[in-house]
Amino acid sequence: MLKGAAEAEETVAKSDSAARLEPLPLTVIAPPSGWTNLDLRELWRYRELLFFLIWRDAKVRYKQTVFGASWAIIRPFVTMVVFSVFFGGLLNVPSDDIPYPIFSYTALVPWSLFSSGLGRCAESLVSHANILTKVYFPRLVLPIAAGLSGLLDFAPSFIILLGMMVVYGMTPTINVVWLLPFMLTTLMTMLGVGFWLAALNVQFRDVSFVVAFLAQVWLYATPVIYPISLVSDAGKALYLLNPMASVIEGFRWALLGKGMAPSLELLVPNAIALVLLVTGALYFRRMENYFADVV
Amino acid sequence: MSETSIRVENLSKRYQIGAQRIGRATLRETMSAPFRRARRLLRGQARSAADLLETFWALSDISFEVNQGEILGVVGANGAGKSTLLKILSRITLPTQGRAETRGRVGSLLEVGTGFHPQLTGRENVYFNGSILGMNRAEIARKFDEIVAFAGIEQFIDTPVKFYSSGMHVRLAFAVAAHLEPNILLVDEVLAVGDATFQQKCLGKMGEVSSEGRTVLYVSHNMASISRLCTRALWLDHGRLQLDGPAEDVLSEYLSNNAVNTGAREWPNGVAESGVDELKIYAVRIRNSDGAVSGVLDVRRPFFIEIEYRLFKHIPRNFRVGVVLTSSDGIDLFDSYDVDNEALVGPREPGRYVSRCEVPGNLLKPGRVVLTAFGGMWQIRQLAMLRNVLTLDIEDLGGVGTHFGGKRVGVIRPELEWQMERLA
Repeated sequence: MLKGAAEAEETVAKSDSAARLEPLPLTVIAPPSGWTNLDLRELWRYRELLFFLIWRDAKVRYKQTVFGASWAIIRPFVTMVVFSVFFGGLLNVPSDDIPYPIFSYTALVPWSLFSSGLGRCAESLVSHANILTKVYFPRLVLPIAAGLSGLLDFAPSFIILLGMMVVYGMTPTINVVWLLPFMLTTLMTMLGVGFWLAALNVQFRDVSFVVAFLAQVWLYATPVIYPISLVSDAGKALYLLNPMASVIEGFRWALLGKGMAPSLELLVPNAIALVLLVTGALYFRRMENYFADVV
Repeated sequence: MSETSIRVENLSKRYQIGAQRIGRATLRETMSAPFRRARRLLRGQARSAADLLETFWALSDISFEVNQGEILGVVGANGAGKSTLLKILSRITLPTQGRAETRGRVGSLLEVGTGFHPQLTGRENVYFNGSILGMNRAEIARKFDEIVAFAGIEQFIDTPVKFYSSGMHVRLAFAVAAHLEPNILLVDEVLAVGDATFQQKCLGKMGEVSSEGRTVLYVSHNMASISRLCTRALWLDHGRLQLDGPAEDVLSEYLSNNAVNTGAREWPNGVAESGVDELKIYAVRIRNSDGAVSGVLDVRRPFFIEIEYRLFKHIPRNFRVGVVLTSSDGIDLFDSYDVDNEALVGPREPGRYVSRCEVPGNLLKPGRVVLTAFGGMWQIRQLAMLRNVLTLDIEDLGGVGTHFGGKRVGVIRPELEWQMERLA
């Protein structure tokens, strides 16, 4: 009897203290004040939205197309065929003694991930203007989802790459584990530049035109069509400034055994990628206060 | 327990005029803007730095508090700052000055159906929409059946929403938002959509939400629903807080101030929605059967409604002006359009016009009627919307049924022709 009363009292005390311990969270809304912090914790709370955005993109992207998801394979594959005919065949571009088709396709797989992701990032805010002006959530979710959804296309085109290696009689070595850090560099660079472009695009629609142009120039500045061995030693130092150059050469090295082996030099492009990512995110957070007013 | 749920202190929001234009600006325009401003300064068209940026205050110096469980109505004319207030409280945009505090999760029905994707099924959209609004998957899954039942679209839930009727679309969207269980619910004019039954359901849901101790901020032009739901109301006028008090008082003050019954409202410079350059309305007038401007009318006599406007551009099709008459308790009596006259359907040329219609006598019921006038391109764009612009007092000076007295039911009191035939 006594025990029961004590228990009841304890529950009362508990629920009472629970109510006191967990008041409803207070949100303070105040004018924007210069540079804000990244607030990654809030971003983490919205991870399900990130997941849903990617999932929706996967569901919708190839709806009402005849070829459906095979577009993910067709695009890099046909590009590879075109490159092989013109650059490998007609122009006789050297390819580090590797058959030109697999030489270029190995580069095109990460490059497509990068360039199409960049384009989607840049458009992510503008194309979601209707959501931006109606409901609050950390805006960074949009470019991140747009960029990461490129991984859905990456997977099938990578499987084709493995198939081509079998056809050309190449066996992957343990070096393939290096693909993971290279992927990371790709995503960092893509999101970093993507954050900048997405935020700028809200105010300046010029960005939409710049992106296509940028991707094209960047393609030539990256050893996709040609091997980096074609470049002089002085020029190679310059290529270190381009994170995607190290990624492409790294992919070739990890899968085909030719190209640039990872070395300490890789710290430079990765540092650049990291700087792009952090500054891009900071700029984005600073500008996001105005997105809904301007978009 | 009346804990403060929303606290707003000296909140102000400044917008740059033509912000939409800035959005679509090219780099070149933006870079040349400082020179344009300098030119205006040199010409003496601007006196201070603030004048140089073409700005206006959508909200200025608003302060109020809302307690938990309260339903607060917000009334005001178009452009009074109601939507800006809700946008700030839902963190879509930030204030320019002042601050606001909200306690707990804020859910908004600013525009239902945000993020619905036509290619996805109803089910998929419920999950996606829910996550945009801040629900997690487990939460949505738990409420899924309830949401679908509320929307009443069980058999279409696995159909892509592009095949939905607009009513189904709105019902589903509202259902998701209504089941968000926020601590603070912001509602903006959702009742403008959906049929009467569904509107009743929505109102019921909002009442339910507040009885659970949640706070509701309800913006509407529908005075009837505000007076029914809210105990307290705010009246915003040109960004300022005009009145804050019991809903009854605020509504009557607002209505008598806003919709005048002098029989005419005139705008020497014309009015239209922001960004509209095709149309300006200069006057809305009521004339009695003698042709005199008056807001006090004899129930037995016909009267005339006039809209005076100018078209600045050739409008190829779908242009129309029209009116809605609403009873003082918020029931729409009827709407009517100049294109009801088939001869007026078709292209319109630039010029100044007046569109006039006659409302027959012995049709309306005596009492107060509120008139809304508008012009637009049907199914394309609203160009001007003057809500509750005039009040008409229909005086009972005799007419239908008055010779034997008695109260009439319904919202109109038409004179119908009765005959009697002897059968045996």
